[in-house]
Amino acid sequence: MATKVVMEALSPTMEEGRLVKWLKNEGDQVKHGETLAEVETDKAIMELVARGDGVLRKRILPENEAAPVGQLIAVIASPDENIDALIAGAGGAASSASAAPPAADVAPKAKETAEASPVPRTAGQAQGEASTPPQERVASTPPPAGTAPRTAAAAPAPSGNGGRTRSSPLARRMASERGLDLQAVQGSGPGGRIIKRDIEAAVAAAPAAQAAGVPGSRFAVPGVAGPDSRDVPLTQIRKTIARRLSESIGPIPTFYLTAELDMERVAEMRTAMAGMGDEYKVSFNDIALKAVATALAQHPEVNAHWLGDKIRYFNRVHLGMAVAIEDGLITPVIFDADRKRMSEISREARELAKRARERKLKPEEYTGSTFSVSNLGMFGIDQFTAIINPPEVGILAIGALEEKPVVVNGQLTPRKRMRVTMSCDHRVVDGALGARFLQTLRRLIENPLMLVY
Amino acid sequence: MPVITYRDALNQAIREEMQRDDRVFLMGEEVAVYQGAYKVSKGLLQEFGEMRVVDTPITELGFAGVGVGAAMVGLRPVIEFMTWNFALLAIDQVVNAAAKMLYMSGGQYNIPIVFRGPNGAALQLSGQHSQAWESWLAHIPGLKVVAPGTPYDAKGLLKSAIRDDNPVIMLEGEMLYNTKGEVPNDDEVLIPIGKAELKREGSHASIITHGKMILVALQAADQLAKEGINVDVVDLRTLRPIDIDAIVSTVRKTNRAVVLEEGWEISGIGAQVVDYIQRECFDDLDAPVVRVHQADVPMPYAKNLERAAKPDAAKTIAAVKKVMYME
Repeated sequence: MATKVVMEALSPTMEEGRLVKWLKNEGDQVKHGETLAEVETDKAIMELVARGDGVLRKRILPENEAAPVGQLIAVIASPDENIDALIAGAGGAASSASAAPPAADVAPKAKETAEASPVPRTAGQAQGEASTPPQERVASTPPPAGTAPRTAAAAPAPSGNGGRTRSSPLARRMASERGLDLQAVQGSGPGGRIIKRDIEAAVAAAPAAQAAGVPGSRFAVPGVAGPDSRDVPLTQIRKTIARRLSESIGPIPTFYLTAELDMERVAEMRTAMAGMGDEYKVSFNDIALKAVATALAQHPEVNAHWLGDKIRYFNRVHLGMAVAIEDGLITPVIFDADRKRMSEISREARELAKRARERKLKPEEYTGSTFSVSNLGMFGIDQFTAIINPPEVGILAIGALEEKPVVVNGQLTPRKRMRVTMSCDHRVVDGALGARFLQTLRRLIENPLMLVY
Repeated sequence: MPVITYRDALNQAIREEMQRDDRVFLMGEEVAVYQGAYKVSKGLLQEFGEMRVVDTPITELGFAGVGVGAAMVGLRPVIEFMTWNFALLAIDQVVNAAAKMLYMSGGQYNIPIVFRGPNGAALQLSGQHSQAWESWLAHIPGLKVVAPGTPYDAKGLLKSAIRDDNPVIMLEGEMLYNTKGEVPNDDEVLIPIGKAELKREGSHASIITHGKMILVALQAADQLAKEGINVDVVDLRTLRPIDIDAIVSTVRKTNRAVVLEEGWEISGIGAQVVDYIQRECFDDLDAPVVRVHQADVPMPYAKNLERAAKPDAAKTIAAVKKVMYME
């Protein structure tokens, strides 16, 4: 029984991956679950693992070359197994998936032993396949006609280069009802057709990734009771506001609220904490993250997603944190930030930023945020406006901390000040709502002891 | 509830309606003295006499026409064809007289007539005597067409057909006459024309069928259940007017449909059902609808070829698995 190693979709939006490095040589013994290679997705460098036991007989894709998702890139088999037919079939396999005639016509009767289960796979069972199609198991000396087209059928129809995403009418309806991007869903039907079970798996996988926080419970949080979010259908006035403002300013009608916060007490607190020992050192950014998360917990009306036909208000705060990386920007997420102690936020923020710069983040670590923060203070930027990360409805831009003359009780005195600017999606957040959120944030920052309350 | 045969259910229906209304009479080949080629009319000659249980010569066009004429002057004939294969000889009276008379007479003559007899294949009767005619008959405006698959439905639909003021085609089955089922011993067993019935409930896929094929569908459903697949089995019961709501509600529920019928593929009843599905349930479909039907050939005489040509449980199971993407 040979196992085909295919390029897997290692991020929700990945269409092709570049093979950075093979970690196993041809002839190496490999076990199910062992890392075979590093693959660069559109977002990060990920590990590609073996889906079967045996010997890595053939590495088809050379290092530094890219392959579309679904393409055969290696073969795992027993040492004496004949894999010529498999390799011969590899060339056209992935490209035929995007060709116009449905792959089902080519070999509609091809059997796949991995799918022998007669019962329709439930969302739970299929979950693992939502973003990572299992490497297919095939008979040891397969007739090429039977296996190669089947590979094509299992591969998702690429949405770029002239191909189109095939989907059943039901799958399309379900995706639009759930605000799901079909392009990001792997189809398991003939010719890569996206069918009901794929949508169910994608829907099941999405909240699961959030609820689990980060795999391996690196940043586990105490159990949370109650639902994670609440969907509110749009009222007529919200629909009208959304439509008119979008016409005026673009798809996301954004407005900006700026406030200058007094940082004296935060500075005092920080100095006092550092005085207790190095392990108690936190950055201004850590304190700001903690304060924003606490304020969000008190203002679920800005901790929300705009889903087109409804607004989803979250009861949990998953704070996105924009991190500049070499060739762009990524927003790792501190899950349940409002329930975490400052020390946890500090440690997590540091670690996420580090791994972001190393491009080691996993997809579940940079998806699922409910609100974001961007800080350019370290570059000496006094204030700026950040761009909302949809479907979120707000982002807070944090400027530099600076000492400036301020009138306090009629006296001109030097004070540490920091400017924050909140970008608000006006379809969801009205001016007064955003202002009240900033009021709360000001109260927390200017009275940082409130953060331990 | 008494368990009786399909044959006896029809017999009860005719007897009860003849007792209830003396305008009702039975006419056809061998219905009286011989008690019916399939014994559906057993005992009726003795009970109602030769004025109301009438043997005819072998002249389908003739006695169908006598029936239409009798209906025009106020009687309520039940015309038995020994099989619908023989009724081809009478088709002008059925299509051009019975179905059209109300329209062509400007509403002066309604035709309260029932044409009934076995439809479809039995065993090894070969090409000319093994045909399912429902799509021919359901094609005609002015006719109602019912195709019961169980004794209960047979009794209830035949009684409704006899009481209907318009021509009703009743499609029975030689292989059905001996099947048994519960039938209430009640004069008012009436099943409305135009109402389908969910014969079995499931959630994974729908089998939509009618007539004799209901037995095939239930057999397939039993086997599928052993594999953990539960299907809706919708018995259309009436083919004109067809119960679109029943089709829509099952497909909306399961998102996958198999349409099973005894006859040929081209222009079959299944084609019509698929049309309703695509029209009403487009956004509910998770897979193309699959049809199961007789092979597109005259029915072979050879046993093995006949078996291969007929729709059966195995073909139905394969179709269900196909719409579930399990092949």
